[in-house]
Amino acid sequence: MSTAPATTKKDWTSDQEVRWCPGCGDYSILTAMQLLMPELDVRREDTVFISGIGCAARFPYYMNTYGMHSIHGRAPAIATGLAMARPDLNVWVVGGDGDMLSIGGNHLLHALRRNINLTILLFNNQIYGLTKGQYSPTSEVGKVTKSTPMGSIDQPYNPISLALGAEATFVARTHDMDRAHMQEMFRRAHAHQGSAIVEVFQNCNVFNDGAFNTITKKDARDAMLINLTHGEPVRFGVDNERGVVLDNGVARIVDVAEVGADRLHVHDETAPDPSVAFALSRLAEDRESPTPVGVFRAVERTEYGRSVAAQLAAANQERGPGDMHGLLRSLPTWEVS
Amino acid sequence: MTDTVDSTNELREVERIIIRFAGDSGDGMQLTGDRFTSASALFGNDLATLPEFPAEIRAPAGTLAGVSAFQVHISDHDITTPGDAPNVLVAMNPAALKSDLGKLEPGGTIIVNSDAFEERNLAKAGYESNPLEDDSLAGYTLISAPMTSLTKDACAELGVKPRDADRSKNFFALGLVSWLYARPEEPTMIWIREKFRGKDLVIAANEAAYRAGNAFGETAELAASRLTVRPARLAPGTYTNINGNTALSWGLIAAGQQAGLPLFLGSYPITPASDILHELSKHKNFGVRTFQAEDEIAAVGSALGASYGGHIGITTTSGPGIALKGETLGLAVSLELPLVVVNIQRGGPSTGLPTKTEAADLMMAMYGRHGEAPMPIVAASSPADCFDAAIEAVRIAVQYRTPVMLLSDGYLANGTEPWRLPDVESFPTIDVEFPSKVNGLDEEGREVFWPYVRNEDMARPWAIPGTEGLMHRIGGIEKRDGTGNISYDPANHEFMVRLRDERIRKIAEKLPPLEIVGDEDAEILVVGWGSTWGAITSAVGRLRKAGTKVAHVQLRHLHPFAPNLGEILGRYRHVVVPEMNLGQLTKLLRAEYLVDAKVISKVSGQPFTAAELVTAIEEVTQ
Ligand code: SF4
Repeated sequence: MSTAPATTKKDWTSDQEVRWCPGCGDYSILTAMQLLMPELDVRREDTVFISGIGCAARFPYYMNTYGMHSIHGRAPAIATGLAMARPDLNVWVVGGDGDMLSIGGNHLLHALRRNINLTILLFNNQIYGLTKGQYSPTSEVGKVTKSTPMGSIDQPYNPISLALGAEATFVARTHDMDRAHMQEMFRRAHAHQGSAIVEVFQNCNVFNDGAFNTITKKDARDAMLINLTHGEPVRFGVDNERGVVLDNGVARIVDVAEVGADRLHVHDETAPDPSVAFALSRLAEDRESPTPVGVFRAVERTEYGRSVAAQLAAANQERGPGDMHGLLRSLPTWEVS
Repeated sequence: MTDTVDSTNELREVERIIIRFAGDSGDGMQLTGDRFTSASALFGNDLATLPEFPAEIRAPAGTLAGVSAFQVHISDHDITTPGDAPNVLVAMNPAALKSDLGKLEPGGTIIVNSDAFEERNLAKAGYESNPLEDDSLAGYTLISAPMTSLTKDACAELGVKPRDADRSKNFFALGLVSWLYARPEEPTMIWIREKFRGKDLVIAANEAAYRAGNAFGETAELAASRLTVRPARLAPGTYTNINGNTALSWGLIAAGQQAGLPLFLGSYPITPASDILHELSKHKNFGVRTFQAEDEIAAVGSALGASYGGHIGITTTSGPGIALKGETLGLAVSLELPLVVVNIQRGGPSTGLPTKTEAADLMMAMYGRHGEAPMPIVAASSPADCFDAAIEAVRIAVQYRTPVMLLSDGYLANGTEPWRLPDVESFPTIDVEFPSKVNGLDEEGREVFWPYVRNEDMARPWAIPGTEGLMHRIGGIEKRDGTGNISYDPANHEFMVRLRDERIRKIAEKLPPLEIVGDEDAEILVVGWGSTWGAITSAVGRLRKAGTKVAHVQLRHLHPFAPNLGEILGRYRHVVVPEMNLGQLTKLLRAEYLVDAKVISKVSGQPFTAAELVTAIEEVTQ
């Protein structure tokens, strides 16, 4: 049932001049989003983009919706308050790896575990862009940046593993080189009831150019991207010759010819236990190994806002609507005449 | 104390009594004090209380660190403080006696549980000999009662185990004190039955302990020590005994009702503010949403998000939490959205004194954000006044679209006073207007919505998501007035900084003028803010009774100041400012009005007493 008026990309595009560096991966994500919105059956006025600080966080300015460009790391917290107060809205959170995994890491974890109705887009470019090129919590060990002249010694986060560990109910990965795939992931995340997180591999062509080239370039994709499809065996490769099996809970890449197609793991994004999804998330240790994209997990759990509303309704049912006169007299009182 | 003898029941009458109940944290002294207070309130006394507990939940039993105390001042006339020196000290163990004896008035009455004065406890409290047996308490009236054993005896025939009976000894103390000061028994009995409903043995034990305490008074020939305080002549009305945190919570709910908007509280547990979270979370049927966030930053962030969505966003905390929220408050200043930030101040810096009071966060409220980030500051002056202060904070936040800092403190939070319940009809109206129409034209002459167009209060439209046609983006980056578009232009930043300053200052224009209490022709003006109100009121009363002309003004608004404050300050030769800090308001007054304001400081974690202030005011103005 369609309720929102028909719109085009132009309706979702604000009058603000886009200020990312020419060639930045953020442009293609923005275009994918502006093209997708007319298909989502939502009204512009019911849509809100909330961001923190960083290059990605400029995103709300460019969407002709309601939007808030807040402060570093806090977007999930601010969005949580908005989504709790206004369950009628579609609230999107946009931020980068520094914003949401470093300074705001705590808020991201808690937004995910609460299952609040937010669609969270994590633009992962493995670098700090806006502060001009320091290593980030997703930068690989050994990365030489302005703040790590001898190479980073920090173990990076795997955002998908992190989200699964935080009890997220919808976890997906996509990349900025494939509009159709991005849109499919955004659409699924938007439709999900509860917290949905989509990691988007995003190229920062100024400070970390080509970070994902080995896996996302057109000619590399077939060999290096493992497309997860619900209900299908996990298979990839130029000739679909490779696949994934589970050995004692550990995901391993195999040649299909060697193990036989029957042994391949059949992807089930709805599995209640997140450990298989977690095993899949561990597949890509670095950008030299095949990397899964798609929906890792999509399970149902009561959305937080519904529980909030249910408690409010129950309190009303039990005690009737609030009565100020009665509240003032709810402790022992006495009369003076 | 002025004594008169009531001929009918031979009770000596006094105008007021201050009793301090002190014991180990596990002795139930807060409850005992609270019950005594309730009985006195129902009896019709005016009263004020000061609960004091250790920061540790279970400090080692019997130690000085574990002493928990509750001071109550009951009176037959209007009072504003929990009193200076207690007349009576109830000490349930040696540690309580040791830590609180110094507070007792010379010659005061000491009531002890003699059973607790055994070797181990004496040693833990650092006594070399038993003070009940040596001469050290000679100057006092000592009432020594073996409370533990008498309670056990009284409970034995009920079949209560001795260990369980031990827990009822605070009711023995309550029974004894209630007999000594002629408190009615009925309210306490009703309370016991309600509180322990379903636990018949506990009810029976507590009742038996209470009556045993009563009987001890009767039989131990303590009649000479009996006193009573007549009901006070309070204004007619319905009263309840309220603490500051409850009053503040109810004030927020009332403000939500007046504005016709739902409340959203984002909070993180912290002493002494958590009780507001607890209280508000009970009232979901008023449309109150409470959210226990993952940290202080998320607490204020979620509240701001809710405000953006058209709710009244509130966050409650104490000083350390405000420090963490600072960046988000700067964002709220930049976004110009309503937000109420409640700071129940406590001793600092750092963890400081979590359970003790202080009011040293005024400068943080004024300036504790980076850049020029002004926000209005409202202060509550008594436990019941927290109700009105909360409504005022919400009113300013909503009307002027700004974060507002509401200051209370640990003393107001937990202290109680009788409150004549206001008429719901008398609450101030809070008008809310959500715009629904566009208000500007873009370069091509098309109608658009501009988020930073201002009304006569210099407030921008509170256009909430969901409103058709008013989609807009806001953020913490400097923006142009009117359009709200990002602007790094130097002249624009200067303009916006000055504008944000001016719009907050302008709030003063519509504030009511300050009222002076006391002598208009005095040479001394006492300027107070926050919980000093009670002690100042009492001290000024005493000074005036003694013939000194003094005037008193208490500031509800600390930023901006009421419009006539400067003129008032200029009228007096001496301007004295009692503060529970080292002189923060004093500095602001000196800076703003170039007056030679003198501070009277106290930073011991305890509120001022009236007696201290009388002396200090006399000294400062000599
Ligand atoms: S610095 Fe990198 S991430 Fe930021 S806008 Fe430029 S290219 Fe994009």
